[in-house]
Amino acid sequence: MRIVRWLIGVVILGVLAYLNFFVLRAPLLVKFINVSLFSALFVLYRVVFGPSPADRVIAVDILGVLIIGLLALIGLFYDQGFFMDIALIWALLSFVASLALAKVLEGRKLDD
Amino acid sequence: MIRHSIGLAFIWLGIAFDFLGVLGLLRLPDVYNRLQAGTKCITFGSAGLLFGVFILKGFTTFGFKVLLGIAFIFLTSPVAAHAIARASRRSGIPLCAESVIDLYPGGQDSKEDAAHAPTQDP
Repeated sequence: MRIVRWLIGVVILGVLAYLNFFVLRAPLLVKFINVSLFSALFVLYRVVFGPSPADRVIAVDILGVLIIGLLALIGLFYDQGFFMDIALIWALLSFVASLALAKVLEGRKLDD
Repeated sequence: MIRHSIGLAFIWLGIAFDFLGVLGLLRLPDVYNRLQAGTKCITFGSAGLLFGVFILKGFTTFGFKVLLGIAFIFLTSPVAAHAIARASRRSGIPLCAESVIDLYPGGQDSKEDAAHAPTQDP
């Protein structure tokens, strides 16, 4: 049963990679953006169905870092610099949010 | 042309590390293992990708903003990861069944518990 589930996962990932890199006719940066969006989808699975609260906090932290890379790629695709401003602000806000969530998870108040 | 190739190689490396880190976040059995897989996705994934974008864009405004983003990531992410790991250990989330050793105070192999429980000594 475990190996059947493992094979189903490998087949799904292989089909996604084949459709993304060999069938889709688009520039290379669009394919990179697609892979980054698939990664964000997997992280959102861990956010929604995480067994413990710490899993959700970790997933939100990593989602922020993924979005920074995604915004850099989008800025490279459109050749606009202001996407990187959004990425910097997102990095700082994600850091503060991670520290606050960690403090709440530990059981202390925010002004402690 | 060479600069374009090197930048695309760094972006490939970053995308691969991002995807593998997220796969580890999805597959590993424990909170601490998932955190260990996810910080790979920070350090080599997004930072490598931003460095590739910096090589592609050169010393322009966009390039300096990307360098500032790398500095922010390297300064803030390890602090956040350490805080989350400490908080999750203190809030009593157990380790997975395949764990070998646990030296945290209050864990099953720590020195303080061995001092308080002499029946553990051979």
